[in-house]
Amino acid sequence: MTGVPLALDELELDALTELVNIGVSRAAASLRTMVGEQVFLSVPSLELVSRTKAAVLICERETDNLVAVRQDFDGAFSGQALLIFPEANSLELVRAVTGGIVAEDQAHGLEDEALTETANIVLNQCLATLANMLERPLEMSLPQIVRSEGARLFELGPAAGSDAAVLFLYINFAIHNRNIRGYIAMLMDLPSLEALRSLIRDFIARVIGSETAAL
Amino acid sequence: MATSILIVDDSKLARIVVGKAVAAIRPGWERLEAGSAAEALELLDRRDVDVVILDYNMPGQNGLELAEELRQRRPDMPIAVATANIQDEIIARARAANAAFVPKPITEETLRPFLLGASLKLSQSS
Repeated sequence: MTGVPLALDELELDALTELVNIGVSRAAASLRTMVGEQVFLSVPSLELVSRTKAAVLICERETDNLVAVRQDFDGAFSGQALLIFPEANSLELVRAVTGGIVAEDQAHGLEDEALTETANIVLNQCLATLANMLERPLEMSLPQIVRSEGARLFELGPAAGSDAAVLFLYINFAIHNRNIRGYIAMLMDLPSLEALRSLIRDFIARVIGSETAAL
Repeated sequence: MATSILIVDDSKLARIVVGKAVAAIRPGWERLEAGSAAEALELLDRRDVDVVILDYNMPGQNGLELAEELRQRRPDMPIAVATANIQDEIIARARAANAAFVPKPITEETLRPFLLGASLKLSQSS
């Protein structure tokens, strides 16, 4: 997370990373409950890049097709949160979340449902934690599955136009004893970032209070 | 001599928040900080501390690994691992290292039981 030429100063970036870390850590605990196995997390990476470049950052580490579940969020700040898996993992995910009670021939029919349900829980937990800690509600859209070739993973559709820079946050996860791993990612447009910045400042003032002067 | 507490977290903000909670509960304690496990170990080579509180998810060595290493060096030191990642395995591993578990975000309320327990333990052993 170094060298990000953002409008955020060092402590604000630190606070944002910490907030995301707390949100994702809680989400990992929920995912662990769903799949019954430990979930391992990386530390968050944070970059200021275009949507295309953000997709490249993920895709260059992957050889297989990816499937993502996306939820848009909107409120004092807005953006997209995604749970991303290698496509080949989705059947294993069905087996993990159903605890093996679904017959193999039926498991295929449940892949999309398992993906959206898992993503809904994980992404909501991340975003709700963020919203609660920043004390601003966020509206979340229903989860939607995105299957597209790598470079277009984060595109918002043909009407979206420009490929302006976004704040791109991502974390790797892997599930113990299961062949399941992927990414939790968040993208925020820059206009949104200004609003986020002022909320982060308020958050910092709340949690460190009078010691701000000593920094 | 004042009781000393080492706060290890890669987030400066988190170190400030924990430091503030410690100061509110035990104003007389000396507070020290490290931004990584490596920095913490380096500091502990130079001087002794009485209590440590470790963030779990840090680049490099994580807080649980550090807790296990510190436990080898100091069988009786009060150690806490702090995380929002309340998975059974993580809590179990903290327990196995005889470390307390403090949920993040840390507040005075969530930190108080650990600090009171640590105070008690230190006063008994001295």
